[in-house]
Order: sequence, then structure tokens, then C-alpha cells
Amino acid sequence: MTRFDLDDDSVVVIVGSGAGGGTLANELTQKGLKVVLLEAGKQQSTAAFVNDEWASFSQLAWLDKRTTSGSWQVAKDFPNLPAWVCKTVGGTTTHWAGASLRFQEHEFRARSTYGDVQGANLLDWPLTLAEMEPFYARAESKMGVTRTNGIPGLPGNNNFKVMYAGAQKLGYKECHTGRIAINSRPRDGRPSCLQLGFCFQGCKSGAKWSTLYTEIPKAEATGRLDLRPESHVLSIEHNGAGKITGVVYADAGGAHQRQKARVVAVAGNSIETPRLLLNSASSTFPDGLANSSGMVGRHYMRHMTGSVYAIFEKPVHMYRGTTMAGIVMDEARFEPSRGFAGGYEMETISLGLPFFAAFLKPGAWGADFTHFMDNYTQIAGMWLVGEDMPRDTNRVTLNADVKDQYGLPVANVHYDDHPNDIAMRGHAFAQGERLYRAVGATKTMRTPPYPSTHNLGTCRMSDDPKLGVVNKHGQTHDIANLFISDGSQFTTSAAENPTMTIVTLAIRQSQYIAEAISKQEV
Amino acid sequence: MPRTPSESTMTRGTMLQGTGVLMGTLAASSVLASLAPSRTWALPLHALSQAEGETILQFGRVLYPHKALPTAVYALLVKDLDAEAVRDAGVAALLREGSASLDAASGGKFVSASSAKRLAAVKHIEGTPYFSKVRSTCITSLYNNEMAFAHFGYQGPSWPKGGYLHRGFDDLTWLPKPPASASPPAAG
Repeated sequence: MTRFDLDDDSVVVIVGSGAGGGTLANELTQKGLKVVLLEAGKQQSTAAFVNDEWASFSQLAWLDKRTTSGSWQVAKDFPNLPAWVCKTVGGTTTHWAGASLRFQEHEFRARSTYGDVQGANLLDWPLTLAEMEPFYARAESKMGVTRTNGIPGLPGNNNFKVMYAGAQKLGYKECHTGRIAINSRPRDGRPSCLQLGFCFQGCKSGAKWSTLYTEIPKAEATGRLDLRPESHVLSIEHNGAGKITGVVYADAGGAHQRQKARVVAVAGNSIETPRLLLNSASSTFPDGLANSSGMVGRHYMRHMTGSVYAIFEKPVHMYRGTTMAGIVMDEARFEPSRGFAGGYEMETISLGLPFFAAFLKPGAWGADFTHFMDNYTQIAGMWLVGEDMPRDTNRVTLNADVKDQYGLPVANVHYDDHPNDIAMRGHAFAQGERLYRAVGATKTMRTPPYPSTHNLGTCRMSDDPKLGVVNKHGQTHDIANLFISDGSQFTTSAAENPTMTIVTLAIRQSQYIAEAISKQEV
Repeated sequence: MPRTPSESTMTRGTMLQGTGVLMGTLAASSVLASLAPSRTWALPLHALSQAEGETILQFGRVLYPHKALPTAVYALLVKDLDAEAVRDAGVAALLREGSASLDAASGGKFVSASSAKRLAAVKHIEGTPYFSKVRSTCITSLYNNEMAFAHFGYQGPSWPKGGYLHRGFDDLTWLPKPPASASPPAAG
């Protein structure tokens, strides 16, 4: 096992081991660089994962205290759990369902395409689809995405059969089992999918791509990765010239350690990443690191989401097999005549009995609720996920009144739905219900958003240092050797599940970092 | 973890301690009878009185009314709250006072009131800390145990059984089969 010295200032320190951080670690070590990968959570394994929703939640989820505010329903239903993300080696790639969609061309140009939407702060990305395509291709190959690279699609389960039949009735054209980073055939040393269900609980067969058992062991095999689980970064430090010198973290025993670094890349997911920059404020950077624009923490996005569950007269058993077993992509297009900008995807979803009870309609009781529970085996479900509007008032801030286990202010997550988000959700709910009623649903439920799994935008990317925190390489405008490597970089959210775009940006960023180091620019 | 009746404190023991005991019998026809070590069950209470336990059990039935769900599952709600009351005197007081408030709201004994009066009493206390405590505990107590899994038809952990690839992940036959272009066949 490779260990680098705490005083080794030639290493790249990466904070967080999920889609962004885990991928960046592998890419950089493959290029010959030395990496210290700091992960706040513990290391699990496919053997340690459990087919038990609540037990798995305790094992994987980020449960450190957070607070919420704003008019979004999550603040009412889950006031201390704004996000369902993970604190474990592999981060939220242990929990994700595998949906791997490229952005559409116009989604990189949201401001130009949608115009000036009042109450939103739309921008175009400083990147185009054409620039991203070669890196998307590498991400798809790395992750083994079905329906790319000659990899067959996954077989559809019962939940998909219901979605597909309904989609035909509604005249939808693009409905299939999706582009998914779950092996439909053995690949890359991992087996094909056993249709276990429990995609959200860590894939016990390893058929689903996760940095835990792909990128990270490959990086370790180079001899250039020092992975340190249970290492919670508390602050990033700099010298008098404003250059980053390293990080301070709490180790498993709570002792503070100072790791020096040549470059620091932060990939703590879009709530912890801005929190770390803000908690690292100094006399040189009184508003937090990389925050001369005041944009750190702003434009928090979480996607327009909602679910529709429908009861049928015959069995479905939605929980059998892959959780995100299929997709309808027709509504992802840009068509403002529907009454909103942006689009949304319709993706099957299923929950086991324990989480179905917890998330179907939080706070509900009585006969309407128990009717759904009584019909559990005859229910089909879909998740609706679409582009939400970036707003500078939707933001992650430090809550000075609430401290974490290390005595640091926790993150407060404020979100108000934009009228565009509300209009899109209404349309998506109605279409989901129509789809299921077209194939015989007797009752439907509009399930409100779960705690956010897609957390985006809090260190947004822009060529203009006044409008964004990072440039098109994820490098902060203010500090050359400080990078952001997760979904915080997103300028806008697009309709697509974000993981593959995060991986793609990390692959692209690794080239830039390696070149900058070789040219002595950082 | 989901609990089985055998590993819970629902025992057949006769040396019962504490302040009360809830007892019941699973119907022989119940799918759960095969899961339990015995059709008769008993739940000893350590912090709550028998009357408080019975009130909470009936409160659970009003909140989440499943006609066919055996009382043994609702007893898990009482078991979990009793255990919490043992650890936390504040919870014990909340449950004691709350149960009394349900009696008061039903103009007598909540457990012997008519179903209409029980529902009215529950609506009367909706939003109180007691209501919220019992309701939120119901979500895990009632629906995260093997008896509930069997009752509602959820098959629980699939890994020990090799997943659903050969156990019905695509056995739905009441709708047309999607074409292979949309849903390709599984690997070999």
C-alpha cells in the first residue's frame, strides 16, 4: 500500500472519492502523478453492502448534520437531510442507479437557447458538446455504458414493461432500457447484472460501475495512490502569495493532520465542496477561498424531480431487477410551447417496502396511504428528472448556529422552486399519470421530491471570473493550484443524470492538471 | 435490519417483567404463522403500562389501517416506543401524556371508543409532538420487518437467492412484450 509523507508537497490532494474525485485520482496516477485521496467516509466493499434499505442507508449515506431553508418541499419533509448522497469510499457512485446520458447540444447553451428567464441566472457553459464528445466517449468506455461501444442494452424488468406499454399508448418514440453503467455482459473484470434490485444500496455483484471497485483499485495498482478513508478535510491552507499549500483533515481518531500539496482538487459533492471553501476563509480570503466573485455556494441546483407511482389490477413487483430499468426521453427536448424551458427524462424507479413507506408521501397517514401499501406488489413507478433553473438566491451557506462533530459550521441548503421548475413538475406529473392510466392504472400518486441526489452548481463554471468560480477546466479563477472536480462546476443542470458528465469533466481536467504540472504552471 | 419474530422480544416466556404485557395470537391461516416460532406472542413492556401500550397499538391501527395486517406487527410499534422510553425519560413522559390526551380527546377510553371517535381523537391531536413521534415510528416499525415483508409481498434481500435474473424480474405477462430493440435479451 502506497503511503506518501505528510510533508511531501509534490502530491496532488483530492478531496472526495466519488465520480469526480475517484476518476480524477485514477486518471492522474495513470499519467504518473502522485495522488493522496482523502475520503471522509469508511471503506466498504461489495461483500459489505447489504440488501436492506435502512441498514444500507446507515452504512453509506452522508448523515452529518445539515440544515435547510426555502420553500422547497424537501425542507419540510426532510429538514436535516437535504441530500441523499454518500459518505464512503466511492462516494455516491455506490448509491447511483447507473443512468449515463450525454448532455444534449443545446443544454450547454442554456442562456442562448432559453433566453433571459426572469428570476433565473442562466449562463452558457464555456464548453460545447463538440469539445466534450471525445471525453464523453472515454467516459462511456471506462464505465461500460450500455448502448455504447457495442455493449447491448440491459433486459427490461416488469417495471419497464409497464413503462414501455404506456409510452406506446402515448405515442412516445424513444423508450428503451437506457444507457446504463451496469454490465449487460461481463466486462472490465466485473460480471453481468443479476437483476438484484438494490442498485441504491451498493451493487453486491459489482455489475454497476462505482469508483470504489474500478477507478480506485486501478489507481492503487500504479503504486501512486495513497487512499486515506475516514479522513475528513476541515480546511484548505495557502501561503502569503495566495497559493494553496495543503489541507488539514481529521483522521479516524479525530486527530488533525496537515497534508502538504502541489495541487488540491475538491470533489466533495455540491454541498460539502462550497462548505469547505467557505470554512477555509482567511485574512487573505475573508469570504472563503476562490470566492472573489461571491459565487461560491450560489446557484445550487438539484434538478426538478418528482415520482409517479401507479396501482394496477395485476402484479408488477417493481422492486425486482434494476432500479432505473428504462427511460422515456421524448420530453427531454426543448419545446417552450409546453410552458417551460428545458426538458425532463422519465426513468423507472422502485423502492423496497421500507423506503416505499418512508418516501411515498412523507408525513401522510390514513386509508389513502395504506391503500398504496396494501397494493405494493401491483405498483409501477417512475422518477421524473429535469433541468432546474439556476438562481443566485438558491445557495449553500454556513450555518453559524449549528456545528458539526469537528466544531465547524454546518451547511445550510436554501432552495426555492422557480416558476419554471413548478410548471415542469406539473407537466411531468401529468404525463406520468397519463402514461400509467393508458395501461390500466386504477390509482396514481404524485410523490414529492426525495432528498436531492443530483447536487450541482455551487462553484459554477464560466469564462468570466465575475460570474463563475472556475474556468472550463475546473480551475478556480482566483487560485491556480486549486481545482473543483465534481458537479459543483455545472453552469446549468440540463435534464440528464449528472454522473457521467462529472466523470467526463474529470477525465478532461486530468489532462489539464498533468500539463500544468509538467509546464510548471502550478 | 428487518426483524423476525424469533429474534424480537416477543417471547413465549412466562416470567414477564415490567409494567405490562401485550399478548395475541396469529391466525393459523396467516402467512406469518410459518415465520413465527409460535402462533401466540407476548410482548413484555418495560416503561409503558399495559393500558398505554394498548392505546399506542390502537393509535397505530388508526394511523395506518391495514385490515388484514396481524396485531403482532402493530405490537412492534409498541415494542420500539417502549424501548425508546426505557432509554429516554422524556420520550416516556411524552408517550404517557400523549396516550392520556387520546383518552381525553375520545371522551373516555380511546381503545374502547367507536372507530369514528378514535379517528376524530387522532385528528384532534394531529401535529402534536406525541402524534409525530408515534406516526414517524410507525414507518419503520410497521414496514421494516419480515412479517410485513411477507404480508405485503415484498421479497426482501435478493443477493442470497442469486437476484431475480432467474426468479421473475420480467415475468409480467399481462402487457405486450417490448421488442428486443427496446429490451434486449439477457446475457446467455
